[in-house]
Amino acid sequence: MWFKKKVEAKPEEKLKLPTGLWVKCDTCGEILYRKELEKNLWICTKCNFHFRINCRNYISLLLDDAALDEQDKDLEALDPLGFQDYKKKLRDDQEKTGLKEGVVYGFATIGGIGVVFAAMDFRFRGGSMGSVIGEKIARAIRAAREKKIPLIILSTSGGARMQEGIFSLMQMAKTSAELALLAQDKVPYISILTNPTLAGVMASYGSLGDIIIAEPGAELGFTGSRVIQQTIGEKLPEGFQRSEFLLEHGMVDLVVSRKDLRNTLIKILTIISKRG
Amino acid sequence: MNGIWLDFERPIIELEKKIEELKGIDGVEEEITRLKAQAEKLKKRIYSNLSRWQRVQLARHPRRPLALDILSVVTNDFVELHGDRRFRDDWAVVSGIAKLDNVSVTIVAQQKGRDTKEKIKRNFGMPHPEGYRKALRVMKMAAKFNMPVITMVDTPGAYPGVGAEERGQSEAIAVNLFECATLPVPIIVLILGEGGSGGALALALGDRILMLENAIYSVISPEGCASILWRDASRNKEAAEALRLTAQDLAQFRIIDEIIPDPVGGAHMDIDKTAKNIKEALLKHVQQLLEIPAEELISSRIKKYQNMGVYSE
Ligand SMILES: [Zn+2]
Repeated sequence: MWFKKKVEAKPEEKLKLPTGLWVKCDTCGEILYRKELEKNLWICTKCNFHFRINCRNYISLLLDDAALDEQDKDLEALDPLGFQDYKKKLRDDQEKTGLKEGVVYGFATIGGIGVVFAAMDFRFRGGSMGSVIGEKIARAIRAAREKKIPLIILSTSGGARMQEGIFSLMQMAKTSAELALLAQDKVPYISILTNPTLAGVMASYGSLGDIIIAEPGAELGFTGSRVIQQTIGEKLPEGFQRSEFLLEHGMVDLVVSRKDLRNTLIKILTIISKRG
Repeated sequence: MNGIWLDFERPIIELEKKIEELKGIDGVEEEITRLKAQAEKLKKRIYSNLSRWQRVQLARHPRRPLALDILSVVTNDFVELHGDRRFRDDWAVVSGIAKLDNVSVTIVAQQKGRDTKEKIKRNFGMPHPEGYRKALRVMKMAAKFNMPVITMVDTPGAYPGVGAEERGQSEAIAVNLFECATLPVPIIVLILGEGGSGGALALALGDRILMLENAIYSVISPEGCASILWRDASRNKEAAEALRLTAQDLAQFRIIDEIIPDPVGGAHMDIDKTAKNIKEALLKHVQQLLEIPAEELISSRIKKYQNMGVYSE
């Protein structure tokens, strides 16, 4: 089992997945026994569909002892545009998730190798990128640069945080600029893309990894497929904007099952950071 | 007058029509003078109290000067350079080298197109990845030859299409941001008309961000915002207000550095005057930035973006 040890999460912070004994797979329609699904890391046993899991789950799954020395956890969004209902929506998502914002980051080890690890969380405003996410990602990058240890960012994002207007857009520039400095100092950055990663995140740090890993079947792209379909008015190709499609078109390095993600990271980190 | 009017300009047209009718009639000179003064007052009142949506309309005005209209006045000896050296030439982005007075500069601009034929050729100013890669290729050449870069932004957004996604629209935008952050020459960005989201930002990371008085710059179009938020694209006026996308808003948020004034009624009312204002601003900033050593330029550029964002701690 991978919900274990040092996860600080309260029980209700666990997966906000369908409750009840049985769960229907979104993709193949198979009815799955919840306990089995959990044991299988929320991967459909029939079609390999990767159910969406949250940032705490990834901490448990990927980090040694499921431990993250979390930094800057109190950063909170403001409402610079005075946008209708924004404050309330933030409060609702904070209550729902127990998170202050849609990303956590901190120090950890993976296979004994020290890293800076950041994970976004789709439950919080659909992983949309506002000022807090941009700032925390920027600080994660700076932390990796200062300590000269590899950076891993696990992304999931539906797009921009519309309610923060231009500030949301500028986070793309901010995080990409920080990554340019990280690259100058030759510190490795591994980007992990999960379902979905779109728009601003994909068009900044999501696509800037030295190595880019995608979970199988994740929706990845700049423009969402609904908008593309409306624009071109024809059916989209089979598997369009899925991880495997991006692999085929040369946009990601690896498509890795959730089950193998930790081992793959350990292998890569060992090769890159222990060069003999 | 230019024949294309926006709804909020109706009172002005009506008054000007009246003046036209009176012309040639004996003994009404005094009346004409009075009406003309009234028209001027009316214009000032209307154009100095524009709503955000009205500015969106001006930014998208069919007669608004496009990048090439401005370039032909502002620069000399423009040599257009084509293609990304990888896939094709994207006509939504115009790039090249030119003289700005006596300074050699590199130009990267989005061009929407004027008539239907040109609009189609230029894909309405919506670049594919090739457009962004062409821009980057030319900007890297600028770095090699130590020439300042001037970018002109005017796009509804990056093109949402199958080919664009297949060839890495996200990657192309991300790499431009990444590379421009440390480009060792001055980058001056001019938001000319529409600054549409990531597709605009890919050419808008720079040392100075200038914006025409009636240009807009936003994370999402008012229509897109309204359809996501209220499932109703026709509530674009409300969305424009909510998004705070005008030059005045962005100056207040300290996202842009300077507003370049439009002639009364918008940039299209007097393109030469608009271009003159632009040239003045560009020259001033180019000269200032050329004084700064590359290392300092880059570090203050990055600091500028590090400071963008509003949060509590
Ligand atoms: Zn399934």
